[in-house]
Amino acid sequence: MLGLNNRDTRFFLIVIALTLFTPFLLQPFPEGSAMAQFNAGYPDLMQRFAIYGIFAIGFNILLGLTGYLSFGHAAFLGVGSYSAVWMFKLLSLNVIPGIILAVIVSGIFALIIGYISLRRSGIYFSILTLAFAQMSFNLAYSVLTPITNGETGLQIRLNDPRILDGEGASQYTNLFGLDMSSSFKLAMGDYVFTFNAGYYFCAIIAIAAFYLSLRIFRSPFGLMLRAVKSNQHRMNYTGLNTRPYTLAAFVISGMYAGLAGGLLAAMDPLAGAERMQWTASGEVVLMTILGGTGTLMGPILGAGFIKYFENIFSKINDNILHAWFSALPDGLEGFLVTIIHPFVGKGWHLTLGLVFMLVVIFLPGGLVEGGQRIKTMFSRKKNSDAASDVKPAE
Amino acid sequence: MDAILLQTLNGLDKGAAYALIALGLTLIFGTLGVVNFAHGALFMIGSFCAVTLQRLLSISYTTIDPEKTDFLGNPAKIETPYIEGWFGPEIGAAIIDWSVPLAIIFAIPIMVTLGFIMERGLIKHFYNRPHADQILVTFGLAIVLQEIIKYYFGANPIPTPAPTAFKGSLDIGVMIGFDPNAIIYPIWRLIYFVFSLIVIGGIFAFLRFTTFGMVVRAGMADRETVGLLGINIDKRFTIMFGIAAAVAGLAGVMYTPINSPNYEFGMEFLVLSFVVVVVGGMGSLPGAVMAGFLLGILGSFASMNEVKQIFPGIDQIIIYLVAIIILLVRPRGLMGRKGVMEE
Amino acid sequence: MSNSKFTRRGVIKTGAAAGAGLALPTIFTGAANAFTNEPGAGSVKIGFNVPQSGPYADEGLDELRAQELAVEHLNGVGDGGMLNTFSSKALGGNGILGRKVEFVTGNTNTKSDVARASAKSMIEKDGVIMINGGSSSGVAIAVQGLCQEAGIIFMAGLTHSNDTTGKDKKANGFRHFFNAYMSGAALAPVLENAYGSDRNAYHLTSDYTWGWTQQESMVASTEAHGWKTTNTVLTPVGAGDFSSYITPVLNSGADVLVLNHYGRDMINSITAAVQFGLRDKQVNGKDFQIVVPLYSELMAEGAGENIKGVYGSMNWNWQLEDAGTAAFVKSFGEKYGRPPSNSAHTCYVQTLLYADAVARAGSFNPCAVGEALEGFEFDGMGNGPTLYRAEDHQCFKDVLVMKGKENPENQFDILEKVETTPRAQVEYAPDHPMFAGGELGACNSGA
Repeated sequence: MLGLNNRDTRFFLIVIALTLFTPFLLQPFPEGSAMAQFNAGYPDLMQRFAIYGIFAIGFNILLGLTGYLSFGHAAFLGVGSYSAVWMFKLLSLNVIPGIILAVIVSGIFALIIGYISLRRSGIYFSILTLAFAQMSFNLAYSVLTPITNGETGLQIRLNDPRILDGEGASQYTNLFGLDMSSSFKLAMGDYVFTFNAGYYFCAIIAIAAFYLSLRIFRSPFGLMLRAVKSNQHRMNYTGLNTRPYTLAAFVISGMYAGLAGGLLAAMDPLAGAERMQWTASGEVVLMTILGGTGTLMGPILGAGFIKYFENIFSKINDNILHAWFSALPDGLEGFLVTIIHPFVGKGWHLTLGLVFMLVVIFLPGGLVEGGQRIKTMFSRKKNSDAASDVKPAE
Repeated sequence: MDAILLQTLNGLDKGAAYALIALGLTLIFGTLGVVNFAHGALFMIGSFCAVTLQRLLSISYTTIDPEKTDFLGNPAKIETPYIEGWFGPEIGAAIIDWSVPLAIIFAIPIMVTLGFIMERGLIKHFYNRPHADQILVTFGLAIVLQEIIKYYFGANPIPTPAPTAFKGSLDIGVMIGFDPNAIIYPIWRLIYFVFSLIVIGGIFAFLRFTTFGMVVRAGMADRETVGLLGINIDKRFTIMFGIAAAVAGLAGVMYTPINSPNYEFGMEFLVLSFVVVVVGGMGSLPGAVMAGFLLGILGSFASMNEVKQIFPGIDQIIIYLVAIIILLVRPRGLMGRKGVMEE
Repeated sequence: MSNSKFTRRGVIKTGAAAGAGLALPTIFTGAANAFTNEPGAGSVKIGFNVPQSGPYADEGLDELRAQELAVEHLNGVGDGGMLNTFSSKALGGNGILGRKVEFVTGNTNTKSDVARASAKSMIEKDGVIMINGGSSSGVAIAVQGLCQEAGIIFMAGLTHSNDTTGKDKKANGFRHFFNAYMSGAALAPVLENAYGSDRNAYHLTSDYTWGWTQQESMVASTEAHGWKTTNTVLTPVGAGDFSSYITPVLNSGADVLVLNHYGRDMINSITAAVQFGLRDKQVNGKDFQIVVPLYSELMAEGAGENIKGVYGSMNWNWQLEDAGTAAFVKSFGEKYGRPPSNSAHTCYVQTLLYADAVARAGSFNPCAVGEALEGFEFDGMGNGPTLYRAEDHQCFKDVLVMKGKENPENQFDILEKVETTPRAQVEYAPDHPMFAGGELGACNSGA
């Protein structure tokens, strides 16, 4: 189906199903229960899962296939966001023109930076991309404020021209009149599920982005990129110029980042300079490596993992801890709260740091490797069972 | 003219800090082949050694003074450091005043031990892993170290002044024939500069003139052969890691009077010092030092008003701009070797 | 229905379907509620969005403490604090309109993106009716815009930029804190008194929106008092070592240095300025002086003895002697063992003011609450008679001019009050050029 072999088709269908049923999957606990704190099925976070998933998928096309580690990818995300918001301000709050422009502008930006940076490889390439991104961030924060609105971030205003929007047009970002923020809630017993227009818009684009990356991975072009990763010198010796291929990969992944940036702005029309800071670039590196570089599913898992931590763990405060353990005797309650306190709420960075270290130390292939290990553990068991079954027959 | 001289001094001073951190980074990379993203955190820990010593020296006993009241109107508690009780108020106060220089002695064993633990406990397992894994695990470690410091010391910068004797400034201009007051420079910053020269000189001398250093240099060039000669190179590399950690820590201790330390102190330097290392050329010690001073001085010149009037915002991007130009003109930085970190 | 842990929210949402014991899907759209996150009969939830990591984490912590205290007082726990001195008596210590007040917390990380995400999760997931707090103008403006769109009330924490209630003002946003214009208007006369009118000022300014408005206000107000401006230099945010910006001051002919910096930047720049001997310098026959227009307790603490004798302004200080301040400092001090900071005060007061406005309006509807706050005059909250101006939702009250104390008696005694600048002196027209360019728009209740 769709030019995929059977195995990939099955894989792709699973991804589609997971994406479409996210509002159910992320809401495993009933409202009002003590565990409801861990529910993540609200529009903003679901949108972020999809958007950062796209960002990481795109980053993986560069890192996973060519091995080039860019430390400046957030710049493309930021440029995408700025372009999109400018479209919302000037043309229309319909998200389509904004997103298209975001992809185009970030593509051009990536072409320029990639053309220069790809003259070097290894850590020299990483530092070049980092330098470009930091320059973009510093300038966007200060000197370019007329374009970027600096620290405050670019926002839409009531008095923006918006020449395509008529009188009664929606005041929110929308898709031909369907507000991105509109959602309907489905209550089933204790469970409340939220279906948000914006999330499904992002989800469908994310599925398309995933499909494209699947095709790239399986294409001759993808094979060529892998060859660059395994031995660029050998490729050069065969008389082949690898630069156009790596540049193409760089631009494609830059456009993915721009798409993600455009979507971020479409869901929430604000573009802040800190989206381009090196920490933001570092975040996508962490997502990809944490999930599993070079695997199709890894970056998405990594993105989800980090965004979940950032939004859920950071909100657990002492009050919530006390509520959890209130059934226990006072002394024990106090003790447990004291122990957990440094790791949640304002200390969630500590947990994040520890998890990174643990994953990198024990699962070099990222979360995907963890999944595979569990799988092989079970299948090995099955195999040995089968083997023992066979024996008596001999 | 005096403005240019002053900015050169500023640049040397800033460059000294970059060079010290970059030197440690390069030392670790050159010996162990590990990209240590936790190096900024080591610098930060060093600065908090000074804070800790200051706090330790100021541990106090409380007496209630019924004459005065605290902010709630209760009788005020008067805190007197034990050390003032033991040595008398004057000597006690003087010891506390000197806590930053004293912290050098305090920090060396702590930093070396920390370096050993880091290398043996964590880094050792990453020698044969990809650089990306090394970056990730040391970055995770840096976050953990930062958060621990934040937990105990808060996020606000903590003032750690230099001893009163070093607080003033020196009129350098007069010494070299300028008008009085044309070129004055804070004494502590001059001390920092001299201190960093001594440390850098010490490391170079150690590597060049001792047998230990010779073996380490040989190991940097060809680890396997040195190992085959029956020399325990691992042990020496561990010691080098400890030394690199101590250098970062001392740089941090001495920097505290210049900028008050906070838990994100290291991250502010990390990216810059990586740029410095790469501009200098991966694995090259003289390159790192040279690039540190070069970028420091260029950074200072870029922030001069005359320059900013021509290129607004140039001071925000100068270091990155220079890095890009150097890397495009000299593929492996100023003094990098071929084939290092280019895969 | 084995799960008996029904919260009020869950009960309402599941409604009749659950009552009938059937899992029938019921569809809720936004229109089913009268306004966004309409609270039920038992409790009401408000959100505290403060920096818990990054440079202002300690300030955020202090804001959280104050907000928790405010919630206690609203619910009738503790001694009631400023509720006893507040001129409006609509609140009775039984929650808001009979509903128990609950709160959720979030981390802004002092980044507008993160702050928006955190605020969104409070609105979408936790169902808060109001968001309070924050420690930067960028964040305040970003979250204010979000709350306007979502249809809930936003009360900014520490935000000092003119833009928050100037060109970026929003109908659903309110600010209790003072602003850059007021700092300038309050400081300039005091500076003229202390240092004379024949002064040349050199400005170092953080290169972003707040820094610019601060510089603009300071330049305008000091020049109105006869000062000249020698130079204004922009410095990168987070520059770390400010030496290369300080040295040009040495021989510039200026005799006052104005540091339009905040937080760590201010701590680092003033440390560098003092190191380079600016405080001991004589220029044009006058002692060289340093001015820091916006002070906070944490900055003063971080800068240590470098701030001794340095003038600056504040919204409020715990050393004030009115009854409201005394009551607040007492309950805060007894609970946390330290006096509250001025951003803590702002967040505490705003929580009470919001609750009071709801009580007076008799509704949680943001439009009704906004109406109750607009033009509201009150007293007993530590700042003297105060007005929430209807035109731009800015609070008008006295401004404090502070000075770094020469001989502090204890660790909290770092700043001393020099003068209370009366409200009339810091007032301005809503269409003042420094604030022009925006419009409040209509209030949004999300319905």
